[in-house]
Amino acid sequence: MSEEFSLRTYLRDIQPPFCAGCGAFTVMNTFLRAVHEMGHKDLRGFAFCSGIGCSSWIPSPHFKADTIHVTHGRSIPVATGVKLMRPDLNVVVFGGDGDIVGIGLSHLIHAARRNVDITVVMVNNMIYGMTGGQVAPTTPFKLPTTTTPYGNFERALDASKLIASAGACYVARWTTTHVSQLKESFKTAVNTKGFAFIEVISQCPTAFGRRVGFKDAGEMLQWFKANSVTVEEANKLTEEELQNKIVVGEFVKKEAPSLTETVYAVLKEAQKK
Amino acid sequence: MLNPGIKFMQGSQALAEAAITAGLRFFAGYPITPASEIAEHLAKELPKVGGIAIQMEDEIASIATIIGASWTGAKVMTATSGPGFSLMQENIGLAFMTETPLVIADMQRAGPSTGQATKCGQGDVMQARWGTHGDYASITLSPNSVQEMFDLTIRAFNLAEKYRTPVILLGDEIIAHMRESIIIPPKNSIEIVNRKKPRPGETMFFGGEEIPPMPSIGEGFNVTVTGSTHDEYGIRITADPVGHRKLVKRLVGKILNNADEIVEVEAYNTENCKIGVVSFGCTSRAVYEAVERANEKGVKTGFIRLKTLWPFPEKQVKVLAQTAKTILVPEMNLRQIFFEVTRVAEGAAKVVPLNKIGGGEMITPEEILAVLLKEGA
Ligand SMILES: Cc1ncc(C[n+]2csc(CCOP(=O)(O)OP(=O)(O)O)c2C)c(N)n1
Ligand code: SF4
Repeated sequence: MSEEFSLRTYLRDIQPPFCAGCGAFTVMNTFLRAVHEMGHKDLRGFAFCSGIGCSSWIPSPHFKADTIHVTHGRSIPVATGVKLMRPDLNVVVFGGDGDIVGIGLSHLIHAARRNVDITVVMVNNMIYGMTGGQVAPTTPFKLPTTTTPYGNFERALDASKLIASAGACYVARWTTTHVSQLKESFKTAVNTKGFAFIEVISQCPTAFGRRVGFKDAGEMLQWFKANSVTVEEANKLTEEELQNKIVVGEFVKKEAPSLTETVYAVLKEAQKK
Repeated sequence: MLNPGIKFMQGSQALAEAAITAGLRFFAGYPITPASEIAEHLAKELPKVGGIAIQMEDEIASIATIIGASWTGAKVMTATSGPGFSLMQENIGLAFMTETPLVIADMQRAGPSTGQATKCGQGDVMQARWGTHGDYASITLSPNSVQEMFDLTIRAFNLAEKYRTPVILLGDEIIAHMRESIIIPPKNSIEIVNRKKPRPGETMFFGGEEIPPMPSIGEGFNVTVTGSTHDEYGIRITADPVGHRKLVKRLVGKILNNADEIVEVEAYNTENCKIGVVSFGCTSRAVYEAVERANEKGVKTGFIRLKTLWPFPEKQVKVLAQTAKTILVPEMNLRQIFFEVTRVAEGAAKVVPLNKIGGGEMITPEEILAVLLKEGA
C-alpha cells in the first residue's frame, strides 16, 4: 500500500451520471479504496457484472476493467457463467434493490444456495431510483412512493436475513455512513471462498429522500446514523424496539465448499473415467 | 466424444454430440419436454471433455449464464422448448445487442402456453425471427433428420462464432426424439470456426468493421459489454440518434447482407415444375414422398426444403415462384412460413397453405399429395 490511493487509477475518464448526493458515489469510492488496500494496482484480477438501475452503473462503464452490463435482474446468472469458466477472477456484481431482490430475487437465492464464489453488492436505496421512485420490495411499510401514493401497503424484505438463510458464506449490511466498516466488508467479501452478499443502505435523495420529506442527502445520512443498531445491540432488543431500525454488521462469516470447487471436482472425476 | 462411423441414435443425442464436436464447453439449461434429453446427454458427456453442464433455476438464468460464459471465450449452448424459449427472449436480444456467440436449441412442441407438452408443433417459427423486442435479424436453422441434427448443430456453432451472434437451432419434438442411422464424419473433415480475437492493444470491439473482434474477459482488454446502445468501444450512448442507427443497422446488416452465405436449402426439380412445395423440419419428410408420388402421377412437382429459416431464403423461393404456378406450404402451425412465401412470391405464383396442429399429428404424404393432384389437375 505504498502508493497513494487515487480513484483515477481505477476509473475511466467518464463522469458518473449519478445525482448530487447519491449514495452510489460512496459505494463506488469505498469499493475502489478496498481494492487499493488489498494491493490491486489495477482491476485485472476482477470481472464486474451489473443489471439495470442507477446502482448498476457503478462499475459500467466507469471501472477500468472487464464489465458486463446486462438486462434488469440478470447480472447474477451472467456472473455465474463468468465465474464457472474463470474461477481465477474475482467476480463482483453491483445492483440496486429492485434489480437484485425485485426482478432478480430468485437468482440471488439460488446463487447463495449454490455457493457460487462471487460477491453481490446490493445498493439498497429502498426505491426504484432510475425509473423515478416507484415502490420497491425494500420500501418501508406506509411510506409513500409514486406507485403507492397513499403509502406502501406491503412490508419490506430483509434481504440480508434471507440470503443468510439461503446459504451464503458471508453476509454484511452497512449504511453509507459506515464507510470504514463497509470497506473492510468489501475486502472480506472478495476474499470469501463462496457466496458473499453485502447490502448497503444508501440514499437516493432524488426519487426517495425528497418525496418522503428529507431536505437533502445529508439529512438522510443523519437518519441512517440515528437509526442504525449493530447486530450485537439488536440481539438485546425486542421486535418492537427494532421497528424502523437498521441492523448493521456481519451476519454470516463461514466456510463451505464453493460451487467452483464442487463443479471442478466433478470434472476431474468424469475425466478419470 | 463419438468416434467416426455409422451410428444409430436419437436426434437429441446427435445434437448434443455435434455440439461437443463443434467445441461446446459450457451448457446451461432447465428441464423441459422435448429438450431434456439434450441436457441429460450433455450432463454425462461434457464433463468428460472438461466442459461444464449446469441446470439453472429457469430459462432466463440459463441463457444469462451462457452469455457470461461466452464472454470468457467458451463456446456455449442452451436447449429448450416453447415455454422456455419465450422466457429467453429478453436475453436473446441482449446476446444480439452485445454480439455474443451462442446457440439456442429450441425443440418445438404444440403451443401456445403449456399447450400439448409432449406433442410436436412448428409454431415457434415467427418467434425465432421476431421473439425479442426491437429490430434484429435472426439466424435460424431447421434440421429434418437425425443426421442434420448433427450437421446443422455444427453449422449453428460455426455461424454463431463467425457472425458473433446468437443462432437458433429450431428442431421439433419428432426430430428430437426420432432414432436413425447417421454418419459421424472423421473429426479432421469437419470444419470448425472460431471467433475472431483482437490483437493486443486493439480497443474497438463493437464496431469499426462489420463483425468486430471479440476479446474474452480476463485477458486485460478492459472490455465494456452492455445491452444498452453503445459506441464502437462499448461506451453507452443513451440518447444519440446517429449512434443508435449505426449500431442497430450494422447488427441487422451483418446477417442480412450475408444471407447468401448463411442460407441453405435442399431443392428438387424447381426449374421444371408446375407445382412447388416449400417446407421445413419434420413436415418436409412427408413432402419427399408426396412429391415423388405426384411426379409418378404426371404432375410435375418440385420442392424447396428450408434448412435455413432465417434469414428467409428469398432468392430460392423467388425462383420457384417464377417457375411454379402454385406453391404449397405445409406446416404444423396455423400459417407462419406461408406468409413469408406469399410475401416473396409477390403474386407470381398462387400460394396454398396446408396446416395441421394438435396431438402431434404430422401432415401425411396423402394429405399433401391430395392438394398436389388437385392443384396440378
Ligand atoms: C425487464 C425490465 N423491466 C423494467 C425495467 C425498467 N427499470 C429500469 S431500472 C428499474 C429499477 C431500478 O431500481 P433499482 O434496481 O432499485 O436501482 P436504482 O435505480 O434504485 O439504483 C426498472 C424497473 C427494465 N429496464 N427492464
Ligand atoms: S435517482 Fe436516486 S439512485 Fe438514481 S442517481 Fe439519482 S439519487 Fe442516485
